[in-house]
Amino acid sequence: MQHKIHDAQKNSLGFWIYLMSDCMLFATLFAAFAVLRNNTFGDVSLGSLVNGGYVLTQTILLLFSSYTASVAVSNIVTGSLKKVIFWLSATMALGISFLVMEINEFTQLVHEGHGWQANAAMSSFFTLVGTHGLHIAVGLIWAGTLVWLANRRGLAKVENKLKLFSMYWHFLDVVWICIFTVVYLRGLMS
Amino acid sequence: MFGRLTVEAFKHDFVAMGGALTMVLVAFGIVAALTYYKKWGWLWREWLTTTDHKKIGKMYLYASIVMLLKGVADAGMLRAQQALASGAGNGYLSSEHFQQIFSAHGTTMIFFVAMGLMFALINFVLPLQIGARDVAFPFMNAVSFWLFVAGALLVNTSLVIGEFGAAGWLAYPPLSELAYSPGPGIDYWLWSIQIAGIGSLLSGINFTTTILKLRAKGMTMMKMPVFVWSVLGSMLLVIATFPILTATLLMLSLDRLAGMHFFTSAFGGDPMMYINLIWAWGHPEVYILILPAFGIFSEVVATFSRKRLFGYTSMVWAIGVITVLSFTVWLHHFFTMGAGGNVNAVFGIMTMIISVPTGVKVFNWLFTMYKGRISRMTPMLWFMGFLLSFTIGGVTGVLMAVPAIDFQVHNSLFLVAHFHNMVIGGVVFGYFCGLIYWFPKVFGYKLNEKLGRYAYWFWILGFFFAFAPLYVLGIMGATRRLDHYDASMGWQQLFIVAAGGVGLILVGVLLQVLQVVVSIVNRRKNLDKTGDAWGGRTLEWSIPSPAPIYNFAVLPVVKSRDDFWRMKEEGTTVKPKYEDILVPKNSGKSFVIGAAAFMFAFGLIWHMWWLACLTAVVAIVVLTVRLSDDETEYVITAKEVERIEKSRRPHAA
Repeated sequence: MQHKIHDAQKNSLGFWIYLMSDCMLFATLFAAFAVLRNNTFGDVSLGSLVNGGYVLTQTILLLFSSYTASVAVSNIVTGSLKKVIFWLSATMALGISFLVMEINEFTQLVHEGHGWQANAAMSSFFTLVGTHGLHIAVGLIWAGTLVWLANRRGLAKVENKLKLFSMYWHFLDVVWICIFTVVYLRGLMS
Repeated sequence: MFGRLTVEAFKHDFVAMGGALTMVLVAFGIVAALTYYKKWGWLWREWLTTTDHKKIGKMYLYASIVMLLKGVADAGMLRAQQALASGAGNGYLSSEHFQQIFSAHGTTMIFFVAMGLMFALINFVLPLQIGARDVAFPFMNAVSFWLFVAGALLVNTSLVIGEFGAAGWLAYPPLSELAYSPGPGIDYWLWSIQIAGIGSLLSGINFTTTILKLRAKGMTMMKMPVFVWSVLGSMLLVIATFPILTATLLMLSLDRLAGMHFFTSAFGGDPMMYINLIWAWGHPEVYILILPAFGIFSEVVATFSRKRLFGYTSMVWAIGVITVLSFTVWLHHFFTMGAGGNVNAVFGIMTMIISVPTGVKVFNWLFTMYKGRISRMTPMLWFMGFLLSFTIGGVTGVLMAVPAIDFQVHNSLFLVAHFHNMVIGGVVFGYFCGLIYWFPKVFGYKLNEKLGRYAYWFWILGFFFAFAPLYVLGIMGATRRLDHYDASMGWQQLFIVAAGGVGLILVGVLLQVLQVVVSIVNRRKNLDKTGDAWGGRTLEWSIPSPAPIYNFAVLPVVKSRDDFWRMKEEGTTVKPKYEDILVPKNSGKSFVIGAAAFMFAFGLIWHMWWLACLTAVVAIVVLTVRLSDDETEYVITAKEVERIEKSRRPHAA
């Protein structure tokens, strides 16, 4: 048993370190965006393409999904498999809605001629926001697997995995807050 | 179906055909031998699926040696061309092929030789030095290794199918953009490094967690061997900088694959941003490589001087300071960018400051040797060679840290000579030193001392003959990447001397190969029966050589630095109490992930989208299945441990 507790500590430290390295990945993409955001090569500015209400909706969806994820984790203590699965599924539903909205935004931009090939500013926009979206997609696969595992093997077996997932999900929320501020709000203000 | 892969990709000129044929023959030979001796099952069970850090270390070693031979051959071809291609002589390589070899040489040596040897040594030594039974994440360790192999294989595949990048080892845009390099060469470069780099990042996470969580009882941070400290510094740098590399390569790939404009010369792209980003990774990278070498020297000098290391605390601080400062100097790689006098001055001064902790280390080693009982075995020889070369390299480095001087020698052979002084004289000599030192712990017998000496002298002499002329050539104005120069420059004699130097190094390498062969044949004469081959000071020497699968039958309790030395001094023998030990199971999934990564990259390089999609799905599914698996370990019973220990230590009570 001692061994298992040790494992949990080890996994959680390893995962924290991974998250910090992921932070560096995003930092690089943010830096690229900061350098290139005005390099539109004569096209319209990024700010004029932002729909404030739409992005705010996305943000609320994602923030709320962080809340549902923590409720799922806090329900491990109560030992209620049903509740954990319910809140985890709610997290997934919110995540999927967020992703659908993002894909919709991307499609619209491409259709209007503001795709990633248009200019350097759009390239950096799509890459930064898209990388976050890709992380969300991975998180959804993870959450789905956890629901399946929890059903099959019971809560005790997925407890630590669930905690790691929730760390990951909160981290993506933090990254999104930065994207919301640096990409969208700053774009709206300029 | 095959994307842009056509028959054309298999057609090469005469010289390139030689390389391709060698690759094909070697691959065919290995497959034939495995089939003939019916060794496929053995290979799969014992090696391809292993999660044992010692075996993974060995595989890193073998792969790196193969790549080293390739990289040295590249170097020989480059210098031969430069010795010949003056004035009317055109040498034997086409300009395009020369540039490819040039790019492949740097890529191979840094990513697949230096990094590979580093991970080999860390895998061998780190868990043993901290009294651990394995690394924190054994399966991830195997995944890292197979990603490394996938990257190395991509470089070699480019010899046969298609071409390699011709834009230098860091592929600066806009030359590396689609507009100027439309072929698959840059893509080979991109994906081989991308995949190997992700493997390195995983290793960084793995070894950092191992150091922080798996140390033996009583081993506080300030009781860790200096090698462990150096690995910690190096791995923290890996965690912090490899994501920058990943993101930068991703951006260049998106430019090339999706028509984006990060670094293009039109549509608002910014090529200089690439140079900044790549060196924000690239400069810490050289410290990633050199820090473990510093750690090795710290262990070797103490052991072979029969003294404890002088200035342990200052050594640890020096490692820490280097780790932090290595982030603050990247701009010195391109003072000529035009960032302005003040920016250049800041980076110039930071570069000079970082040489201070490095100097502290050199003095610590010298003071360790002072009044020590020094035995001049081959590891010490490599250390002496390192001191000389590294000091010269350090001095020329500080010289170039002055922006005004750098403007004169930027991109010249002076720079090439400088960094070879650091990377060969520092990193490679350090790893050779470490490999000889820990060889008996890994394989159970020592290497032949006499041939080792001969190899060393050929290496060091060849090294100075090969690179001293480059300093002069650099000052005379010779730039890098010259495949031809005018006879009136008067450079040819110096280039011929340099080529001769590479010839001497080549003899050194052959002697090393001979040394290994002779040592294997005569291994019974050089068996390390005690487990303590050199009179060592740290925990790895307290267990039998080669280390048993579980490393430590009884986990040590550490009381001081150099704890094994203390045990020997106090002469304590306690009757061991054996326990059940959990060991990670083998798993073929790491190999499958590596293979999928290779095919994924191959698909992207040749625009076979279906292959890339398919293999990406395979990798994700395999990874998900593995991460859902809870039964990843098995038990070796206390009885079995006792049996193994008794057979391994016949002389012990």
